Amino acid sequence: MKDIIVLRVMAKFFLPLIMLFALYVQFHGDYGPGGGFQAGVIFAAAIVLYTLVFGLAAARKAFSNPILLTLSAIGVLLYAGTGVAALLRGGNFLGYGFLDRVPVQGQHLGIMLVELGVGLTVFAAMVTIFFAFVGKGRR
Amino acid sequence: MIATHLPILQVVIPLMAAPLCLLLRRPRLCWALSLAVSVIALVIALLLLGRALSEGPISYALGNWSPPWGIEYRVDVVNAFMLIIIAAIGTIVQIFAPRSISHEILPSQHTLFYTLYLLFLSGLLGVTITGDTFNVYVFLEISALSTYALIALGRDRRALTAAFRYLVLGSIGATFILIGIGLMYMMTGTLNMADMAQRLQPMLDSRTALAALAFLGVGLTLKLALFPLHIWLPDAYTYAPTVVTVLMGVVTKVWIYVFLRFAFTIWGQEFVFTEMHLQDLLVPLSLIGMLAASTAAIFQRNVKRMLAYSSVAQIGYMMLGVSFVSQTGLSGTIVHLFNHALLQAALFMALGAMLLRVGSPLLDDLRGIGRQMPWTMAAFVLGGLGLIGVPLTVGFISKWYFILAALEKGWWLVASLILLTSLLAVIYIWRVVEVAYFQQPDPNTTPVKEAPLSMQLPIWVLIMSILFFGISTKWTAGLAERAAAWLFGGGP
Repeated sequence: MKDIIVLRVMAKFFLPLIMLFALYVQFHGDYGPGGGFQAGVIFAAAIVLYTLVFGLAAARKAFSNPILLTLSAIGVLLYAGTGVAALLRGGNFLGYGFLDRVPVQGQHLGIMLVELGVGLTVFAAMVTIFFAFVGKGRR
Repeated sequence: MIATHLPILQVVIPLMAAPLCLLLRRPRLCWALSLAVSVIALVIALLLLGRALSEGPISYALGNWSPPWGIEYRVDVVNAFMLIIIAAIGTIVQIFAPRSISHEILPSQHTLFYTLYLLFLSGLLGVTITGDTFNVYVFLEISALSTYALIALGRDRRALTAAFRYLVLGSIGATFILIGIGLMYMMTGTLNMADMAQRLQPMLDSRTALAALAFLGVGLTLKLALFPLHIWLPDAYTYAPTVVTVLMGVVTKVWIYVFLRFAFTIWGQEFVFTEMHLQDLLVPLSLIGMLAASTAAIFQRNVKRMLAYSSVAQIGYMMLGVSFVSQTGLSGTIVHLFNHALLQAALFMALGAMLLRVGSPLLDDLRGIGRQMPWTMAAFVLGGLGLIGVPLTVGFISKWYFILAALEKGWWLVASLILLTSLLAVIYIWRVVEVAYFQQPDPNTTPVKEAPLSMQLPIWVLIMSILFFGISTKWTAGLAERAAAWLFGGGP
């Protein structure tokens, strides 16, 4: 669909907006509705749109399989690592209050890091699944 | 400091090792990591059991949210015993894995295998250790999704359909469990098992409670593969790589544990088995399962499939033990969870060693294998004797409890049916023995070598423990009796 100018221009116009909205949902998650899962899905939607318009090969240049696998692994590690960090600072696993000297600050930091981990993994998993379906039949 | 965090480390170490494994990418390193993690998990499980025995139940509040509000991990004798089974089989499998997967899984997918194994391990350990009903569901999905993918790693293309079928049925089971938990949450407003057990008692006659029991009952029996909901099991066991088949043997046992947890700790055995007549339903189903699956095993040409049907029969035994609703029967079930984990692991691994050399699990291709692979086949025979229940093996201990429990109740027919299914086991094990020792190998095929030491070692460790725990029952049966008494005491 690369040769249809309307699609191409509009997709390019919307891509940064979608990504920005994803980041808003990601980092505003601790105050309002949203969070890592939704943000990951929205961010993945941007990549899906890009793939639909510009093709799988172009999308794969940005997000190759090793990169996606690494991202998904880092997300899980970030989540569990935050829990372990709280454990090392004297709390129980995922006891965010122990992450900072001020418990409320610690809770903010904890939930932000955990949601970031969720976001990364969900994004990577969504894109991996999408690529797997789109790339079916050709390797 | 570490000691107080043992319950969470039990789950988090494998959970964190899984993504690390994905980042390492080198199969050898991943193997070393998964082996180390399995050994650590086993050590932690043993320490937890020691503490649960000496100090009573251990409670751990996740995120410093005290129960019943937050998620609680709770270790008592029953689930500490189960944790040991999971971690021990995991460790043995990891010693066996590198050689076995070298020809059963594509080399490019070895890293994936270890990653999935670690996720699977943390899922099962999580289901077992948690004292929170919704957490059970979360870990259910972690372990189940990794199991589906593990089965699909099998090189036989039928592994894909087997995995898909298991995915569909497993998801139905998981959904039913989730609906059951949701209904219980609706009634009690709590997810913590101990708290739920207390709040549920006055509401047991409500229609919601009955619906919850029905959903949970069906969901759990589907997951633990009780006849007639076992149909996903034979295919999945047959086409999965051997190491995965061994691991899956632990999955059904974990679900039997969860069934015990819900039936005895949360609902109360009086309500479930007597008032709701689950006993009248489970006893015939278990008996039919034992007889039908054992009979089906006799007619299999694929030895792996034969062992899969035998596993269905053994699940029948375990559920029969539960449905006696007596301490003897329950002790039998809990000790058989451990004993059958050893037996099925030994048998499947011995078969896996033969697969490495012969390349086919069909009975016709195993002709004369007893002379070509004497040690492996000897291990298979000893494991088979354990399955039959010959004295001096662990199988005898379990069957002794089951028959004792039947006689205590005065159910003579049930006792004789237990003996009859043991005879059926003699027949299907004998078929393999006959082919392996008394038939000449096909002259057109080249003779095969004995299996490598890295496979022999774990198999013989298992066989030795089958014999050891068949003679000295202090740890297995003694613990199982304590666990059964604990469940009957109604303690959370």
